[in-house]
Amino acid sequence: MPNRTGRPDDSATSALATDRRSPEHLTSAVAWYRQMVIARRFEEETERAFRRGKIGGYLHVYSGQEAVAAGFLAELRETDIFFTAYRDHAHALFRGASPGAVMAELFGKVTGLARGKGGSMHLFDVARGFYGGYGIVGAHVPLAVGAAYALRYRQEDRVCVCFLGDGAMNSGALHEALNMAGLWGKEGLCPLVLVVENNEYAMGTSVVRSSAVTDLAARFAQYAIPGERIDGMDFFVVRQTAARVIADVRATGRPYAVEALTYRFAGHGAADLFQPYRTKEEVDAQRRRDPILLLERRLREAGVLDDATVARIQEEAEQVVAEAVRFAEESPPPGPEELTAHVYGAPADA
Amino acid sequence: MPELTYRDAIRAALIDAMERDPTVLLLGEDIGLYQGTFRVTADLLARFGPRRVIDTPISEEGFVGAAIGMALLGLRPVVEVMTWNFSLLAFDQIVNNAAKVRYFSGGQVDVPLVIRGPNGAGVQLSAQHSQSVEVFYAHVPGLRVVAPATPADAWGLLRTALRGRDPVIFLENAALYGTKGPVPDGDGALPFGRAEVARPGRDVTIVAYSRMLLVALEAARQLADEGIDAEVINLRSLRPLDGETLVRSVAKTHRAVVVQEQWKPFGAAAEIAATIYEGAFDLLDAPVERVTGADVPMPYARELELLAIPHEADIVAAARRVLYREGR
Repeated sequence: MPNRTGRPDDSATSALATDRRSPEHLTSAVAWYRQMVIARRFEEETERAFRRGKIGGYLHVYSGQEAVAAGFLAELRETDIFFTAYRDHAHALFRGASPGAVMAELFGKVTGLARGKGGSMHLFDVARGFYGGYGIVGAHVPLAVGAAYALRYRQEDRVCVCFLGDGAMNSGALHEALNMAGLWGKEGLCPLVLVVENNEYAMGTSVVRSSAVTDLAARFAQYAIPGERIDGMDFFVVRQTAARVIADVRATGRPYAVEALTYRFAGHGAADLFQPYRTKEEVDAQRRRDPILLLERRLREAGVLDDATVARIQEEAEQVVAEAVRFAEESPPPGPEELTAHVYGAPADA
Repeated sequence: MPELTYRDAIRAALIDAMERDPTVLLLGEDIGLYQGTFRVTADLLARFGPRRVIDTPISEEGFVGAAIGMALLGLRPVVEVMTWNFSLLAFDQIVNNAAKVRYFSGGQVDVPLVIRGPNGAGVQLSAQHSQSVEVFYAHVPGLRVVAPATPADAWGLLRTALRGRDPVIFLENAALYGTKGPVPDGDGALPFGRAEVARPGRDVTIVAYSRMLLVALEAARQLADEGIDAEVINLRSLRPLDGETLVRSVAKTHRAVVVQEQWKPFGAAAEIAATIYEGAFDLLDAPVERVTGADVPMPYARELELLAIPHEADIVAAARRVLYREGR
């Protein structure tokens, strides 16, 4: 049953209850807990590397939002595809991209996911169905709509997931895209899952200061796209929602939207040092809802996680991230031949 | 060699591609039931069905973006913009996504997308419907920008565009749709970045593209009457630009006039002139002349509109100037 408020309530408990009956899901949840711990350690390390001058440009870290991408990507098939915006490191990691290749991209190395030419905002792993991180707010949503159409045009039962932030909800590109998604969905031609990662702030402007209607899930209705709001901090809630929604979209070819209420613990970007738009008390309060700690508590309660395992997972995360940094540090920068490579797909006179 | 109109040459290239390749599909405003504003897509909905001939809402950013997404997934969408003026609503999608996604993904994707529609001054359509957008797009790496002047150009360049792996800005011209000309029986594909010597001559090189080619050819006929033998170059493609053909021609004539319909400052003619200077400075006997549209928003009144776009007489006068015959 869709939970309109999205606040933690009985649905979270019942989600866990369902999973208690499914040992495989709990085992898998431990594996996802491990992925989320790695992603968190990875992001902490990227912030450090930014301060050390190893990472340039912008750096948008995902800490606090891990349950959203993890919950949805856990339910995607290998053949499914997804798009996201610029806060994209964890999405790549959760999809199985090499942490070394992700870190190397941030370090601007030729061994990076995009050969050092995309950076933090443009991670891509097309072989794994990851069609990219995009830097213009909302402008990737039309791409995802077209991609979803392409899947159904080819009569495949693959689905497309489009992650977007709350800031994208007010962009023109999004509204034009949603209208087409709703239209094409009526013909069963738009198997698209829209996942709004509502972390409450578009840079420094809160949802209440930017959106006339703050129930973002409800705003999809005007385009004939059903939507629901969920607690994006609870991995079990996200994952169960994802399982149901993805199955429905796959079966019907109709789009569906999920607004996941979450929070980013870090600033908008690495240059957002003082965060004048929110209080320390607010951030601290949100940190008590940390999706990783919440999942850890649940898994301990379910008896599938103990001190020793947690310690081992944290140790593994340290190693994975240390190895990623070592790989990135030791990798060569792109050579001058890379400057002009990949502008075009073939010689100009082909 | 059949004679086709410019309109039918484009339509024939679309039909041929759609019959051969099921990944080719069309999107645009009123291209289906309405049959297309300039009827380039007439009857294609009935022929190929609504999944391949998609009438879109009036939302350029949305449907151009969707076409980019289709291209990323290996389809070959052809977007019709009702006029290139409206492409400006999709400028972000074209410039920031279509042109760059291959590069910032490190070469992981192709974007086999064609965007086509009428460009340039219309018939008293005034400021918002009569712009020439070529320079906006020719400036951007990752895009290919072509401007056919004849039915054979339209057929051949569109065939090449429909085989490529990159986004192509395909600039038609509303005033050319009804013009007729021979179209080759066979493949007839024209490579991008290769200009055509549309009229050989030895006294002055006139460089033009799209509808201005027809104006330049008429100017060349008038010049011939006064004993001036002009060579007319049909550029066909602005990005890539065929500098070799330009330099080869100027090596023969030692004088050049560049014609464009758009505004003069920072225009295509400036780039073409600079290309000639870089490659043939020592061969020139006179500064390169530019014949361009007036530097104003397009006016509505017929008298003013005629003043705002280049005519044969402007080209003839410029050719006389580079030959130091003005006033004779």
